[in-house]
Amino acid sequence: MTQQVSAKEPTAQQIADQQIYKQFGVSESEYALICGFLGRQPNYTEIGVFSVMWSEHCAYKNSKPLLRRFPVTGERVLMGPGEGAGIVDIGDNQAVVFKIESHNHPSAVEPYQGAATGVGGIIRDIFSMGARPVALLNSLRFGKLESERAKYLFEHVVSGIAGYGNCIGIPTVAGEVMFDESYEGNPLVNAMCVGLIDHDKIQRGVAKGIGNPVFYVGPPTGRDGIHGATFASEELTAETEAKRSAVQVGDPFMEKLVMESTLELINAGIVVGIQDMGAAGLTCSSAEMASKAGNGLELYLDEVPQREPNMTAYEMMLSESQERMLFVVEPKDEAQAMEIFERWGVICAKVGKVTDDGRLRLIHNGEVVGDMPVQALVDECPVYNKPSAVPAYYTANESIDTTRYEEVTDLNRALEQVLASPTVASKEWVYNQYDHMVRTSTAVRPGSDAAVVLVDGTRKGLAMTTDCNGRYVYLDPEVGGRIAVSEAARNIVCSGAEPLAITDNLNFGSPEKPDIFWQMERSVDGMAEACRELNTPVIGGNVSLYNENKNGAIYPTPVVGMVGLVHDTDHITTQAFKNEGDVIFLLGDTQAELGGSEFQYVVHGVTEGRPPQLNLATERTLLHTVLGAIQQGLVASAHDLSEGGLAAAVTESCISGNIGASVNFATELRPDFALFSESQSRILLTASASHAEALATYVREQGVPVQQIGTVQGSDLTITVNGKPAIAGPVSQFAKVWKDAIPCLMK
Amino acid sequence: MNFAVLVFPGSNCDIDCYKAVEQTVGQPVDYVWHTATDLSKYDCILIPGGFSYGDYLRSGAIARFAPVMAEVAKAAAAGKYVMGICNGFQVLTEAGLLPGALRRNMSLKFRCHSTILRVENNKTAFTNQYEVGEMIDIPIAHGEGNYYCDEATLEQLKKNDQIIFRYSDNPNGSMEDIAGICNEQGNVLGLMPHPERAVNQLLGSEDGKKMFTSILNAWREQHDAASIG
Repeated sequence: MTQQVSAKEPTAQQIADQQIYKQFGVSESEYALICGFLGRQPNYTEIGVFSVMWSEHCAYKNSKPLLRRFPVTGERVLMGPGEGAGIVDIGDNQAVVFKIESHNHPSAVEPYQGAATGVGGIIRDIFSMGARPVALLNSLRFGKLESERAKYLFEHVVSGIAGYGNCIGIPTVAGEVMFDESYEGNPLVNAMCVGLIDHDKIQRGVAKGIGNPVFYVGPPTGRDGIHGATFASEELTAETEAKRSAVQVGDPFMEKLVMESTLELINAGIVVGIQDMGAAGLTCSSAEMASKAGNGLELYLDEVPQREPNMTAYEMMLSESQERMLFVVEPKDEAQAMEIFERWGVICAKVGKVTDDGRLRLIHNGEVVGDMPVQALVDECPVYNKPSAVPAYYTANESIDTTRYEEVTDLNRALEQVLASPTVASKEWVYNQYDHMVRTSTAVRPGSDAAVVLVDGTRKGLAMTTDCNGRYVYLDPEVGGRIAVSEAARNIVCSGAEPLAITDNLNFGSPEKPDIFWQMERSVDGMAEACRELNTPVIGGNVSLYNENKNGAIYPTPVVGMVGLVHDTDHITTQAFKNEGDVIFLLGDTQAELGGSEFQYVVHGVTEGRPPQLNLATERTLLHTVLGAIQQGLVASAHDLSEGGLAAAVTESCISGNIGASVNFATELRPDFALFSESQSRILLTASASHAEALATYVREQGVPVQQIGTVQGSDLTITVNGKPAIAGPVSQFAKVWKDAIPCLMK
Repeated sequence: MNFAVLVFPGSNCDIDCYKAVEQTVGQPVDYVWHTATDLSKYDCILIPGGFSYGDYLRSGAIARFAPVMAEVAKAAAAGKYVMGICNGFQVLTEAGLLPGALRRNMSLKFRCHSTILRVENNKTAFTNQYEVGEMIDIPIAHGEGNYYCDEATLEQLKKNDQIIFRYSDNPNGSMEDIAGICNEQGNVLGLMPHPERAVNQLLGSEDGKKMFTSILNAWREQHDAASIG
């Protein structure tokens, strides 16, 4: 048994003697464990299978202890982490399914395909649950938009996302893009997909029913993406370029056919279990499906559709060729299943069967070429509690007083600098490349706080956003983690929705470094606390570690993808100022908090100090109050204050509404701090003159600080601080700066 | 009146067209598979947007060989209404049912946003509810919408009043700002903007509604005229 299939492959003995397993990221102690589980030395195919199943990407071996700190349950949660995607009840027998996933390393090497296949992968996670994907989002980070490399990566990542999403016909409705030197050479590409499902259609990735056939669906398996999961679990280096072959190539047309045929199969009600082949392809899907059912699985590799001749068992098991699914039906339903795929012109092949012995057994050319205990593959990967240490930079930052900066007096210029910063500037250049309207349900398009997608046949909508400010998290991971969740919730509430739950994408540097692990721990704690306080459990997510470049780790960037429920389409609210004469209110307190702000970065050229503080009880009251005001019909527009502070928020609301405003802000702060501080838990609301008093009274009654700061009027924006002129100019002039910034840089 | 919405592998605005027919004119509508060989029961055939056959080779170039396209040609020759939207427009030009071709956008990028169109001719089955010169807000979403034809064809289009919609702010480099054209007989329309995405104010515009009600109106007039005659 377990003889060599290919003469080129090292023998089990050679793997042991030459420690070849180390090339796969398997440590000596892990190798010893594997030998123990097998009762012998693994052959080449087996060590390959173990190495991907035991990679960080699949086993979360460095992050599991941290992930356990998240709240994962709630009265509405129908399915938490563990399956392809989490599910939350939205009433009327319907539920929303969503998940975010990273494709950072592939995108760093081959940005178009890396990003495209990231989108393809997350879509499969959603429809493999039985859900109809209804929207896509993405959260992107690049180096400063000055280097040629950063521009190249930005251009092609956006193009790849567009190429895949547009073709498959799922609207890309929201997201965020930020730029900072920290991400130079290691961009972050996190894609999120949201789907809708009826409760009774929910699928699970289980290989149940001893003797049931296992089917492979999708294009033939090629030699692409071999060891993608392992590749994603190590640092990018100069040799990374040579790993281009670890990046897969996407075919959105094929995925469209696989999606439609799979949904038809699921709607036929004959699926026992189904899972997509994502990271670690055939290996991960088969092992996990068997594990979840407590069964075994036998795979007949000669039956696996193959793109190239003479593929080895190792190559087939490790390939990450795209657009493939694995499913189990009962023997009586085989013909019906085959007929559906034939009609759609999609390859479907019987490649295995469910067994009762708990083994993943691989049969190729009439021989058993791999025989491993499923439980060892899926559950027995050792979990590491890495050492953690407070980084020197964090301690040093404590003594930095950001209020000692020399006063900036040309505030018009400062505003233009902030508006022209690509992180704040209009992202039209990005989202105009995405079809954000297909499926004719997008009620709030990209460019407002959160997108809103209507739920057909009801008066409900789904609000969705992604958020994370890596600079805050870097300066104080715990506070930054709290802010990421809170800001997402604020965006959801500003669009008129009740926050439901989150999916998270934890992007960090190498966990082997104690100060990075400290960042992970602290930010997870901050997020977990916020999720509890705001009642938004974590229903799934993804961890991407080893995000490093030659200058060290990226800023810790735990991206939050949040979905909220709009109970009635009448509640849908946008950031745009609406009508002449509407009254502008600022809710929340403003402190001199410049640490990690966009103003600090573009005007003072540094990222230092402590980030804005955030009190979760204050945040919760604010969110509750604003949602209440919106639901009572008192609010004309709502906009969360984030990067660029009050000045940027007022300007954005003016530009979106194509109307001016006259604002006077009464404060004890210096004007530059007052206008550009990024104090948290603040929201800008407007109300018609007839609702203004009722709104102010209601907000005060809830105990939320509120200041009436101005009126929507004319075509100019004027802001005074304590009556003294600070900012003035036509909205069209600020709009030009804001809209032209990215197109100019990308010319 | 019976509507058909064609479905090619890779069509992705088929559901949107189906919903738009239901919402605007409330007439019977069916999805019709690319392999269908009989369209005789339909009075109007909608060819939806999307990426038929992945837009591989060239947009619409493979779809024109689908079995159903022979039936579309027959229906067009019989004077039935055919409307190709976005990829549907590309399919109609590839099939020779409309003149010209759609090239890559001048920006070489996919573009999706609202556009304002000017209605150039309201004497067609697709525009009889609009005024000439009416400015309507209809979104685009395409990478290859840059209309091109030779000089002689352009002269013909102008002479026969076949240019139905023009962009007020050309988003893709189309010749003469052309957004939509019809055939000489006026029963086959192709346009890059998506009227089916503009039938609900909640989604930003309902200026596309009248394209659907125009079709029903034209059919009723023809139908009544026939029954009276």
